[in-house]
Amino acid sequence: MTVLGFTAVVAIVSFVAGLLGALTGLGGGVVLVPLLTLLFHVDIRYAIGASLVSVIATSSGAAAAYVREGISNIRIGMFLEIATTIGALLGAFLATRIPTSALAIIFGLVLLYSAYLSRKPRPPALRNLPPDPLATRLRLNGSFPDLEGKREYNVQNVPAGFSLMFGAGALSGLLGIGSGAVKVLAMDQAMRIPFKVSTTTSNFMIGVTAAASAGVYLSRGYVDPGLSMPVMLGVLAGSLLGTRILVKAETKSLRLVFSIVILVLGLQMLFKGIGGKI
Amino acid sequence: MSADQPPGRRPHEFTPQPWRDRRLEIVLGNLLRTGVLFSAAIVIAGACVYLARHAHEHAEYRVFQGEPSDFRTIPGVIQSVMHGHGRGLIQLGLLFLIATPIFRVAFSVVGFGLERDRMYVVFTLIVLAVLLYSLLGSGLTL
Repeated sequence: MTVLGFTAVVAIVSFVAGLLGALTGLGGGVVLVPLLTLLFHVDIRYAIGASLVSVIATSSGAAAAYVREGISNIRIGMFLEIATTIGALLGAFLATRIPTSALAIIFGLVLLYSAYLSRKPRPPALRNLPPDPLATRLRLNGSFPDLEGKREYNVQNVPAGFSLMFGAGALSGLLGIGSGAVKVLAMDQAMRIPFKVSTTTSNFMIGVTAAASAGVYLSRGYVDPGLSMPVMLGVLAGSLLGTRILVKAETKSLRLVFSIVILVLGLQMLFKGIGGKI
Repeated sequence: MSADQPPGRRPHEFTPQPWRDRRLEIVLGNLLRTGVLFSAAIVIAGACVYLARHAHEHAEYRVFQGEPSDFRTIPGVIQSVMHGHGRGLIQLGLLFLIATPIFRVAFSVVGFGLERDRMYVVFTLIVLAVLLYSLLGSGLTL
């Protein structure tokens, strides 16, 4: 393929990935690396570098829209970023040392888990939980505007959430993704943060987490300008459009389609990785 | 306004003030978006130069070779831009993009400082230290 054709096709695919990622809330980054490696036969290291850069763009680009609604909690974000950035740094160093087939296998497993999580009903929102002493000391509790007015929430299980976030950061650094699936596990399931707050806060954190490993990737020569350019611009445009039409769109069937795509890509990555073909 | 606190309150008596947090968040959000759009503009400019010159060459990413040092370090990228290379310009845009969240964290140190939230100033400084270590420790500035 010529450079022009390759750039155009990759830009279109990235645009669709960014759009679907934003509409379904599953993130576009998670499908980018498998699409680039399986469809375009890009080396997984170049794919991870390009994906990481696009993850920063979408996170930072959408942040302005989210914060205006006053939902995200910057204290929860900053506190957990201690865990995610250290994890991301570790993940990035690991990525340069383990074989690419192992990367593909881990990637496949993360995709399968994301697909499973996207079909699983969310845990029921528990309201009026008692304040946790540690969360209170760390000033993590907050409130957000809800249909019935202001809703207060108390954050639970801080140590469990913090450790899971370290894992989310490590996966992000290792695979060049936002690792939304693990963040949901940490913030929704462990810390019992309301859904609206956890998704917007996690989006806010993704850019900082990715920036922690981006330096390592760039200096190791994983970030190719010719590949990263269409990926970054495509995903950014797609996700900006996605967050804009999110309010009106019917996302249920879209979510189903997207999770099937994730499942198929996950199996492919797993088999190719086990077969040593990546 | 009720948010005006008597000066000299001890840190442990601190209560977060939602409206101040919100104002800080809005400033941060706009900062991030401006940074992203600015870096996207540079990437697009670089893309125009790159595509105008190399559109009909063969795209090859099957084999990992690692980028040449022009695209791996900050001085290398700047030099490449000086020589008018499109890919150098793209890489410069990507560097700005990576810097955007780092600026956000640096700005948060000031924000929490203004709120006299010492605990969160320390937390934010830890995050900033990790980010700077990643940039300086990985040989990006060599």
